[in-house]
Amino acid sequence: MTTAYELSPVRALEAESVHVLREVAATFERPALLFSGGKDSVVLLHLAAKAFWPAPVPFPVLHVDTGHNFDEVLEFRDRAVARFGVRLVVAAVQDDIDAGRAVEETGPRASRNRLQTITLLRGIAENGFDAAFGGARRDEEKARAKERVFSFRDEYGQWDPRNQRPELWNLYNGAHRKGEHIRVFPLSNWTELDIWRYIAAERIELPSLYYAHRRPVVHRDGMLLARTRFITLLEGEESFEASVRFRTVGDATCTGCVESTATTAESVITEVAASRITERGATRADDRISEAGMEDRKKEGYF
Amino acid sequence: MLRLATAGSVDDGKSTLIGRLLHDSKAIFADQLAAVERTSRARGEDEPNLALLTDGLRAEREQGITIDVAYRYLVTPKRKIIIADTPGHVQYTRNMVTGASTADLALILVDARKGIVEQSRRHAFIASLLGVSHLVLCVNKMDLVDWSAERFAEIREEFRRFAMKLTVTDLAFVPVSALHGDNVVQRSANMPWYEGTSLLHHLEEVHVASDRNLIDARLPVQYVIRAQGFRGYAGTVAGGVLKPGDEVVVLPAGFPSRIREIWGPGGEPVDEAFPPQAVTVRLDDELDVARGDLICRPHNRPHVGQDIDAMVCWLTERSTLTPGARYTMRHTTRSVRAQVHDLTYRIDVNTLHRDEAAESLSLNEIGRVRLRTQAPLLFDSYRRNRSTGSFILVDDATNNTVAAGMITEPSASVVWHPTAVGRADRATRGMTVWLTGLSASGKSTVAAELERRLVLAGRPAYRLDGDNLRHGLNAGLGFSPQDRAENVRRVGEVAQLFAVAGLVAVVSLISPYRADRDLVRARHVAAGLDFLEVFVDTPVDVCEARDPKGMYARARAGEITGFTGVDDPYEVPAEPALVLRPEDGDPAAMAAKVLALLDRP
Repeated sequence: MTTAYELSPVRALEAESVHVLREVAATFERPALLFSGGKDSVVLLHLAAKAFWPAPVPFPVLHVDTGHNFDEVLEFRDRAVARFGVRLVVAAVQDDIDAGRAVEETGPRASRNRLQTITLLRGIAENGFDAAFGGARRDEEKARAKERVFSFRDEYGQWDPRNQRPELWNLYNGAHRKGEHIRVFPLSNWTELDIWRYIAAERIELPSLYYAHRRPVVHRDGMLLARTRFITLLEGEESFEASVRFRTVGDATCTGCVESTATTAESVITEVAASRITERGATRADDRISEAGMEDRKKEGYF
Repeated sequence: MLRLATAGSVDDGKSTLIGRLLHDSKAIFADQLAAVERTSRARGEDEPNLALLTDGLRAEREQGITIDVAYRYLVTPKRKIIIADTPGHVQYTRNMVTGASTADLALILVDARKGIVEQSRRHAFIASLLGVSHLVLCVNKMDLVDWSAERFAEIREEFRRFAMKLTVTDLAFVPVSALHGDNVVQRSANMPWYEGTSLLHHLEEVHVASDRNLIDARLPVQYVIRAQGFRGYAGTVAGGVLKPGDEVVVLPAGFPSRIREIWGPGGEPVDEAFPPQAVTVRLDDELDVARGDLICRPHNRPHVGQDIDAMVCWLTERSTLTPGARYTMRHTTRSVRAQVHDLTYRIDVNTLHRDEAAESLSLNEIGRVRLRTQAPLLFDSYRRNRSTGSFILVDDATNNTVAAGMITEPSASVVWHPTAVGRADRATRGMTVWLTGLSASGKSTVAAELERRLVLAGRPAYRLDGDNLRHGLNAGLGFSPQDRAENVRRVGEVAQLFAVAGLVAVVSLISPYRADRDLVRARHVAAGLDFLEVFVDTPVDVCEARDPKGMYARARAGEITGFTGVDDPYEVPAEPALVLRPEDGDPAAMAAKVLALLDRP
């Protein structure tokens, strides 16, 4: 109710995110929004469009292309970019492999997840970006729970979790020298459930992967992996068809799906609210490397 | 939504309490719990160590301590709760201040066996200082004192006596056992004498919506949105309620206007904008409004001033706060230079004793500080408004955030008295033309000619001549760097007053130091006034050859010292609006060049 001067949780979160987006646009010279086509980055782009209405989003989006994409996601990316009228900058992992800056992992479990960091940092440096918006949330993972909204990266793109700037009130310190940059996380205080409630309330379009569909999958490491051209079956593995949806979207080689019949945002909310497993625990092989899998990759400069 | 900050050390069972809160309210997921169980087993612990849920970094898990503030999320059917878990170790005050800065409620933990200790008092004081008006004291480990009602009452009374010295409006006490879950989420059967609610129930019900300031309308302009036929001022409402049709003023310039429309994100029309909404406002008049300006109601304005009294908490171990040091201050959407004028006292956070002999503030120390800002700040006291009353200090050498500040109410004698006449109400628009250069460079001649031409053209103007002013306004000042700085400051202030009054102030002053001139410029810019710096660049040998007053000769002879151009430096302007050189012609031609610049839109 407006008479009580209270905002619902998603509207309060929206206001906080919009404040952060505007603050960066006002104080940085060359910000960019990291866009993967995953739901968090889609929500972030949606918020950016709302924050600067009726003007267009005043910064480009940067897509770190692993080359291992779900076709639906690439197609969605191009449509979203066209709809919002933003400039798309693509940094391709393949280019770094071809140039010898990154070495492809081999074997059936090979993934380009870790190589993305090299490409991401190159994309930021080559374009002179001084701020990069990411869709990371603190509830996703325990190392991310320690992350600031304005997170300083040194000239090597690295994060030093033990030496972070204190962050008080809504006064953000984006001071940096040439070559250094700030990662900005406007969705820090959102949870997976908040994201879905917002998607439902705002009728935000997502890649079709996020809703239940039938596709060939394979059981691996306690997860369901989509049987794509990037996956080589291991001995004893068999693919089968199931009704699934994705809770996160990343590199097709390490992003799992969950069995689901939810075909709308509302039914996804019901599923997420009842779920007893985090989205990353359920579907991300990259976080299963070790207890500190995320912390180590973040220190190197990962998303 | 409720934001809470917890404080206490591992020994008090804080992490266990949060773990219990998350676990029993089912905010923890099976895979997170499995990871905790794995790690607990590996460390040889029998039960899953719930503290591991909140320790996110490898070093924290390895050392068994919490290093940094961690944020946790709890969603119940009634509320979303954001928990800032602030560790009580090395950087205890820094962490607690950070967590408390955005908190509605502070949760303080004590061990029932130990009762109120120094740390409990410190945490309560910081919560109070940071304007957290709701405080919950959790008396933990009740199982270890046989669920004793007497012990709980004893601790409660002791804490109440201490809290009387603080500004906490709402104080609650809950006896719990975090280890066993008593009174955390569910009421405990072990303490039938306790008539209150469980901790979670209290957190779900506590009323925080009234803590915001809904009286003093404040909208710091964060970003100007320009689109075809559209100019809107975007920002986050920092206080009060704004409605379309409201009469407003834009500070610091003081332009009066009216709100035409207010939009939420994405163009949703807003009838009433209140904190913390992010909105875009369109005014009836086309004004020159920029980031850092503030929109408020004409009869309810913030304080305007450069002398800021504040409680400051020092946040870094790499340096200390000492009088004379300069920092960048970030306040609302403004960024200004600030110098520490003096440290009034340092407060002992354990005893609340004030040490007036203190000369610096180190990590975790809190003191009352007077700062002087380069441009006026538009502020309220922190007690009245947490948004317009807070600031951070950034060290320019390291770019680190080194201090958090809470502004105190200025003393009545220095309150800015608002004017009833806006700048647009005056017949003419004033500004300042500042001619700087060596002695005998020709400044005064050009200034006199410029003044004559302006007045002839019907434009009110007045010349402020450095030498002339030293006969009156600045009679007591000499030529030391300090006196020169004060001389420039005074002339700058007078020029600004003339400009505000609608005159063109034509200043001719050697003003040799760049920093002094930049300060005057900053003051003008902050007040929304044009400041035109004109560098009369006549080479020193030409000046010396002219030497109409015989000053160079006396300086060369050593009769006078500290003479600019001879034995005192002249700092050339970095970005003057205009440079005049001898080849530009006679004083009349030079004045014409300045005039051409004035007439440009």
